[in-house]
Amino acid sequence: MGRLAARGVALSYLALLVGVPVGLVFYRAFEKGAGHLWESISTPEAQHAFWLTCVMVAIAVPLNTVFGVLCGLVLVRQRFRGRALLSAAIDLPFAVSPVVIGLALILVYGNRGWLGGWLTDHGIQVIFAPLGMVLATIFVSLPFVVREVVPVLRELGTDQEQAATTLGATPLQSFLRITLPAIRWGVAYGVVLTTARALGEFGAVSVVSGKLAGRTETLTLQVEERFQAFDVTGAYAAAVVLALMALVTLLAMNAIKPKEAS
Amino acid sequence: MSIRVEGVSKRYGAFVALDDVSLEVPAGSLTALLGPSGGGKSTLLRVVAGLEQPGAGRVLIGGADATATPARQRGVGFVFQHYAAFKHMTVRDNVAFGLKIRKRPKAEVRERVGELLALVQLDGFAERYPSQLSGGQRQRMALARALAVEPEVLLLDEPFGALDATVRKQLRAWLRRLHDEVEVTTVFVTHDQEEAMEVAEQIVVLNSGRVEQVGTPRDLYERPANEFVMSFIGPVDRLGEAWVRPHDVDIGIDPVGGGREGMIDRVVHLGFEVRVELTLEHGRSLWVQTTREVAAELELAPGQIVWVRPQRTTSFNGSKREGVTV
Amino acid sequence: MAYLSLIALLPLAAVVARSTEGGFAGFWKAVSNPQAVAALKLTLIASLVVVAINAVAGTLIAWVLVRDEFRGKGVVNSLIDLPFALPTIVAGLTLLALYGPKGPLGVDLAFSRAAVVLALLFVTLPFVVRAVQPLLLDLDRETEEAAESLGATQPVVFRRIVLPTLMPAILAGSGLGFARAVGEFGSLVLLTGNIPFKTQAASVLIFSQVESGDVTGAAAVSVVLLLLSFVTLLGIGRLAQRTLRHDG
Repeated sequence: MGRLAARGVALSYLALLVGVPVGLVFYRAFEKGAGHLWESISTPEAQHAFWLTCVMVAIAVPLNTVFGVLCGLVLVRQRFRGRALLSAAIDLPFAVSPVVIGLALILVYGNRGWLGGWLTDHGIQVIFAPLGMVLATIFVSLPFVVREVVPVLRELGTDQEQAATTLGATPLQSFLRITLPAIRWGVAYGVVLTTARALGEFGAVSVVSGKLAGRTETLTLQVEERFQAFDVTGAYAAAVVLALMALVTLLAMNAIKPKEAS
Repeated sequence: MSIRVEGVSKRYGAFVALDDVSLEVPAGSLTALLGPSGGGKSTLLRVVAGLEQPGAGRVLIGGADATATPARQRGVGFVFQHYAAFKHMTVRDNVAFGLKIRKRPKAEVRERVGELLALVQLDGFAERYPSQLSGGQRQRMALARALAVEPEVLLLDEPFGALDATVRKQLRAWLRRLHDEVEVTTVFVTHDQEEAMEVAEQIVVLNSGRVEQVGTPRDLYERPANEFVMSFIGPVDRLGEAWVRPHDVDIGIDPVGGGREGMIDRVVHLGFEVRVELTLEHGRSLWVQTTREVAAELELAPGQIVWVRPQRTTSFNGSKREGVTV
Repeated sequence: MAYLSLIALLPLAAVVARSTEGGFAGFWKAVSNPQAVAALKLTLIASLVVVAINAVAGTLIAWVLVRDEFRGKGVVNSLIDLPFALPTIVAGLTLLALYGPKGPLGVDLAFSRAAVVLALLFVTLPFVVRAVQPLLLDLDRETEEAAESLGATQPVVFRRIVLPTLMPAILAGSGLGFARAVGEFGSLVLLTGNIPFKTQAASVLIFSQVESGDVTGAAAVSVVLLLLSFVTLLGIGRLAQRTLRHDG
């Protein structure tokens, strides 16, 4: 009896908080027909936004993946003072509000920022330009690969790599042929999380971008812009595209998680 | 290829793992590094392999100073206690790894892998993954993998430690036969004295980072250099200051010159061997190893009074051994 | 690691530096002006409310997911991660669809404080659930059975046996949720209307300060938020260390 009640409460809570609202978005987006929806997401601004979002993800994810694997190796395999500090520093993006991240980037890379002057002298525009948004995206999605790789590396131990060494492998060969394949599912899961975070970033990018439509708008920013412009269906359309990407991410997470565990 | 270790020392912080260790391993021999856990045997093996660097001393392989040579260039095959199998590769790819690193032609690799799998009796398992093999099979694969690149020296770190007792015995005999066939200088680490005695031609006993004795199994058993070696290898008991092997003690009903009186507490029948636990005068205890014929003949039973006389005792004066045969 | 510094450490240091540009007095002025106080209060209270609700709801959901069996359980389990995967702005929009002016339930929470709580509940849903689930899975049923055989009823077993074991995970998950909640921005933008003194959260205040050029003020409020998050995360770290000691 208590069990059914518990199940009922839990499921209703989830339905009201997550399930129904998300379903409703899909409904609203398709309300005026699929054709209308398609028009809405194929405007030049929308296409540019989509393209910009993809470019940012395509830059941020590989960079953070390489950083993540290297950092993971350093954290697990090397002993040095300040190791705990490094670990804490990597978790920073979890603790900081996206708007604060945007503000921080402006303060450093903006026109009057610490590095800003030097950069504008060299013709590099960071704030109110895609470069700043890429930086923001990298910041917020930084920790995921590291955090997934560290426990996997720890469990792997060094035996296999030592065996490879005695068989004649150089450190690089050992890394490419032994370490990397052994941690691949941890890396994959981290990459999926990183991608999801990068795709969905809003706050930091919003502060840094200046929201110049057609130039510095991402898909997420498009959702807001359309809503404020009373193009509600348009907002839902962009939202649906993002929601679909989120669902794909969830599917990938589900597919990879069990492989990571074994 | 012979191995020579000269004055090797290694510390981890304040802990001394190896203390001025020197020894010689003749080319083509089968040597065991024997000792209790933490005694330094694995550390010594890894120093020889180049997986650890000594704080002091030299390692010579085949007469050449290898101390500064990195592990991957020493021509050393290494087998780990927990197999260190490349889990994401098939058995074939595991064994072929060293050859592929050396960029040998595919045909040669295939042939050699086939040979080796047959040698370790794993043909038919080539396409399996390590997780599908038993512990014993994984270790045989590890051996094949190490032998694939024709090492000068083969080092095994407690190779059978992670296996069941039955499998361990099988693989011991198998290692001996393999060594006869392949004839590569082999050194293995074990804490099991029975294993060392059964398999090795030469045993090096290590304790607390120091070499206690080097010799053939028979040497070590019959002429132990000190108390540690005597008590580590073979059964042992004490009669006052002297050490005695339980099977060197005669047991009889009639009083005998040079013997002592004692009362039997327990008679344990262990198949062929019978173990008799006694209390002597002054409450001292002793256990004697005898055969079931003797036990039956004398009708040994708890509560019985008997006389025991050691045929041979050994005393150690400082580090000097003095044996007394009666 | 130069990469890390360039991206993360340097900018954050800049925020702290800028916030103190007007000296301590300037910092205090920026933080104690009525609008800032109202925003910080709203953020803090809403986050605490959400943490409290999540502690209960999250544990309940984790319990049902681990101990109960029903069709579609796998789908529900995956659903929990949706707030992780969904962009925050979309989250705001989805909640608006159901609870806004044109929502089918006839409920209109838009532009209200309840909306702030609602949005924060959505984005912090996974934290407690995912923290508690593994612990529940590992839980040794035998301890519970032993308690029952000694005469304890179900609620008592839960209170005295299960809950203490789960407490560290609940606290850790709540802590993470709290740190996330105080900084949340995207889901609040559309749903709450950002009415100063009424429904304006601290993060939104910072945003409008940046837009209007009051960078120092924005930096000051940011520092307060940063302190809140850091203290929470430090607390969780400590907690983790203490639990490890108990287990070992």
